Amino acid sequence: MDVEALRLSFELAALTTIALLVIGLPVAAWLASSRWRWKPMVEAVVALPLVLPPTVLGFYLLVAMGPMSPFGRAWISIFGRPLAFSFEGLLLASIVYSLPFAVQPFAAALSAVDPRLVEASHTLGVSRLATFFRVSLPIAAPGVIAGAVLTFAHTLGEFGVVLMVGGNIRGETRTLSIAIFDAVEQLDYATASRTALFLLAVSFTVLVVTYSLRRRPVLG
Amino acid sequence: MRPSGTERPFLRVAAVLAAMAILLVPGPGRPAEPPMRKLAVAASANLRLVLLELAGAFERRNPGVKVEPTYGASGMLQAQIDQGAPFDLFLGADRESAVRLHAAGLALGQPFHYATGRLVLWVAAPARVDPNVLGMSSVANPAIKRIAIANPAVAPYGVAAEQALRTAGLLDAVKAKLVLGESILQVVQFAQSGNAQAAFVPWSMALVPPLAAQGRYVVVPPGSYPAIEQYGVVLGRARDPQLAEEFAGFVRGPGGRTILERHKYALPTD
Repeated sequence: MDVEALRLSFELAALTTIALLVIGLPVAAWLASSRWRWKPMVEAVVALPLVLPPTVLGFYLLVAMGPMSPFGRAWISIFGRPLAFSFEGLLLASIVYSLPFAVQPFAAALSAVDPRLVEASHTLGVSRLATFFRVSLPIAAPGVIAGAVLTFAHTLGEFGVVLMVGGNIRGETRTLSIAIFDAVEQLDYATASRTALFLLAVSFTVLVVTYSLRRRPVLG
Repeated sequence: MRPSGTERPFLRVAAVLAAMAILLVPGPGRPAEPPMRKLAVAASANLRLVLLELAGAFERRNPGVKVEPTYGASGMLQAQIDQGAPFDLFLGADRESAVRLHAAGLALGQPFHYATGRLVLWVAAPARVDPNVLGMSSVANPAIKRIAIANPAVAPYGVAAEQALRTAGLLDAVKAKLVLGESILQVVQFAQSGNAQAAFVPWSMALVPPLAAQGRYVVVPPGSYPAIEQYGVVLGRARDPQLAEEFAGFVRGPGGRTILERHKYALPTD
């Protein structure tokens, strides 16, 4: 079994989850409260990664990271090295790819929060930000945790996008799913099955633990 | 029909319905087309350009025949054939795959050698490194940040690229720059998108856009890597074994050889 690939996959999944909590919660909070007439456009953009096949999404990300796109050029001139074939590149790709898996449950949970509680908090002089962290977020916690778990699991099993932008570099972009695919292509089904079984077992355990934590009453 | 529809409206309705029926149902008056004979070819990704032309030429000679290629990595195609994929003919990138299919009892005939692949080193024009001047050592130039090769674990062209670098004494120096594509097509994508400044590809891929337009190439010295002897085999599950044999014969015959040669494949002498 490829231990390096295992470590890499978990690192990628954990960092993607953290990043999507940081990015996804404000977006979701906005989606849950906004009455802007163009809001459906934003919702559609968030959901788009669900529509594109991962390899297609990966191909466009590869092009976007390359020196032919303004973004790719800007990245190279700032950081001195291209984004494609790097761990940071994979992280960015995973964030885009898993965006709907985080934002949608977050937004659903936050819009289910009783607005009267939020308003009560406001009338008591508590700031918007403090209200979010002390009222909305604790109430919406189960949904937020569900979104985080989905993001983690989705990134762990990510294949198509990683295949396209990763370049299969050991210790940098060769994730577990790529290692399994390589083993299959080499007709080494024993290694492939062992690794896949391990991935399934670990993921199953993580999911069971998280879902059982969710049953406990959440502290406000 | 007499124009008496005003008195008998049902006749008009009937006439309209009849006309629609005639339009919708294909009449027996049309000459019956001969049934299309289809040939499903499982082909290694390096053949993408040349097989298109081989298929076109074969279809022109044999009206009513349609060659339908599916491209993929040899290992993946073999796994699919193992599991009963309905392919008639396999055209691989090495000898081993065809021999293994034959040994597994999945082939109809003997594996045949149809071409020998030739590797080139392509370098992106913006890198300002001329492979015609620097040859293989172009890859060591600092302007080359990433070198795309096919994954040596799964692709014969990747094995060849790695061995050529080793022979040139450059492998250790450039190992950190290597990025691996699952197939030659992915290698081309890495190069075309500008993310890799150098790439080892089959000669045929460097002859045409996008690579031809975006860079220059030099032929990798043929002795510096194991010959990429490409074998094919007619598959046991072929729905039309005779057609598969005919196409295999065409690929190895003068017509096929001319096309393979134009795409810079070396030809078997036997």
